[in-house]
Amino acid sequence: MTLELAANQGQAPAADAIETSPLAIRGMTVSYGQKPVVFSVDMTVVPGAMTAIVGPNGAGKSTLLKAALGIVKPLSGQVMVNGNALASQRQRIAYVPQRASVDWDFPTRVIDVVLMGLYRELGLLRRIRPHHRDKAMACLERVGMTEFAERQIGQLSGGQQQRVFLARALAQGADLYLLDEPFAGVDAATEKAIISVLKSLRDEGKTVVAVHHDLATVPEYFDRVFMINTRKVAEGTVAEAFTADNLDKTYGGRLVTGQIDQLDLAAG
Amino acid sequence: MSGEEFVPLSLTPLLIGVFAAIACALPGNFLVLRKQALIGDAISHVVLPGIVVAFLITGTVATWPMMFGAAGAAIVAVALIEAIRRLGRIEPGAAMGVAFTSMFAAGVLLLEQSDTSTVHLDVEHALYGNLESLIWLDAMGWESLWDPVALAGLPPELIRMALTLVAVTAFVWLFWRPLKISTFDEGFARTMGMRTNLLGLALVVVAAIAAVAAFDAVGSIIVIAMFICPPAAARLMTNRLEMQIVWSVVFAIAAAVLGYFVAGFGPLWLGFGNAVSAAGMIATMSGMILALTAIFGPCRKRLGAPAV
Repeated sequence: MTLELAANQGQAPAADAIETSPLAIRGMTVSYGQKPVVFSVDMTVVPGAMTAIVGPNGAGKSTLLKAALGIVKPLSGQVMVNGNALASQRQRIAYVPQRASVDWDFPTRVIDVVLMGLYRELGLLRRIRPHHRDKAMACLERVGMTEFAERQIGQLSGGQQQRVFLARALAQGADLYLLDEPFAGVDAATEKAIISVLKSLRDEGKTVVAVHHDLATVPEYFDRVFMINTRKVAEGTVAEAFTADNLDKTYGGRLVTGQIDQLDLAAG
Repeated sequence: MSGEEFVPLSLTPLLIGVFAAIACALPGNFLVLRKQALIGDAISHVVLPGIVVAFLITGTVATWPMMFGAAGAAIVAVALIEAIRRLGRIEPGAAMGVAFTSMFAAGVLLLEQSDTSTVHLDVEHALYGNLESLIWLDAMGWESLWDPVALAGLPPELIRMALTLVAVTAFVWLFWRPLKISTFDEGFARTMGMRTNLLGLALVVVAAIAAVAAFDAVGSIIVIAMFICPPAAARLMTNRLEMQIVWSVVFAIAAAVLGYFVAGFGPLWLGFGNAVSAAGMIATMSGMILALTAIFGPCRKRLGAPAV
């Protein structure tokens, strides 16, 4: 990573942030039934950085991502992608859903799942050519899964499934990567492989946003943190925002002081 | 069996049965994978009152009135389900069960009370079709296939079923990728800009069209077996969707052909006097194919974890 990029990651969003942000959310409220899951949330993703969305279970982390992507319909709120409406910018976004959100018994192979990432290129009827296949294989190689290309997806371990999902996102060739709990229930080797891919994306100047639940690895993995418990608690660099005070506000005393002490927190 | 006997009496019912089985199996593959197999059940129940009302209004059993009738019934069903769900504050599954069975029962009563003696429409027909009666009286033998005069006398049900099959195949072929991607991972499909709700609705509409067209062949109830059995059996034969579609078509054809002949000649071979219902036997064959694949199919074991 260049020094310049490193420096940029520390800066607070400027006034014209909405125009330049890969993903800016304003006044987002989402509710399933009566109670809001996400309430009046603003978020300004900083380009070229890795941002962790953290918060307790049911705090609206995944819902915020889904609403930003138009998967669930928000009650209110505005989403701008690179200063434009979402619909015109879809090809610049790649999404990795929660692994458990699909049925892995679906009759298809690893390579077919990665090729789904090329849908925008292939359209309804264009034939899959060798160069499409090569591209999909290159994405599998990046996550260390080439030897599994012909496997039925149900034969994969949890970590391997997660890598396949990441490979599919890579195939989309996007600038902004949104990942929902990419480290949930994966083995240590997969966690290492995924974080190294995400860091290499960041170093290429792409933007990464991930819902993350392991507070201990936030300072090591991420540049920025977005803390949410239905409402936004804090947003900023790990140094600025990942403080004991903000954690206490986010988790509402559910983290005991001992746990907070063990975290590698910014002086706050 | 000679051509003089086979072509007029068996060829057209056989083809109608095969076309109906394939037209139902194709969308059935996606319904089964989406865990919406019982939507086929729901469709088949709703179709009956729609067709009966369309007949009472127009006095014919032509294609368009039947399609509109079924569509109208579907709209009534959706409204009814919504009303029961909201007023009764119960879960949608229960509301569906109540709405569909009631509408079907109403269709049966209506049919029983109306004078349908001029057309092929009665309770028996509605329950298990009328495949054997869809014969081609103008045919003399195989040579009639090239005789324009004889061809003009083909039963209209055959043309209707063939066109339906073409339309269903075109839908699955054209929307293959969106159907596959959104069936596997709907959230991801939406982030690519696919209108997954619209696609899901289109799939149900296509299945409904197939059900209405298959009404002549197999009635409105046995059609459920055609939606579910061949695709479910095909899933147990392969772990690739492309191959699953091929297997489902093979099983659909096998069930239709075997069912037709076993119904027509099986009882005679066993020494009984009368043939049995072809539609009933086609559904029985579909079920037997599913049972065989469930015991011997190479891909019977669930591999991956289900979605939460």
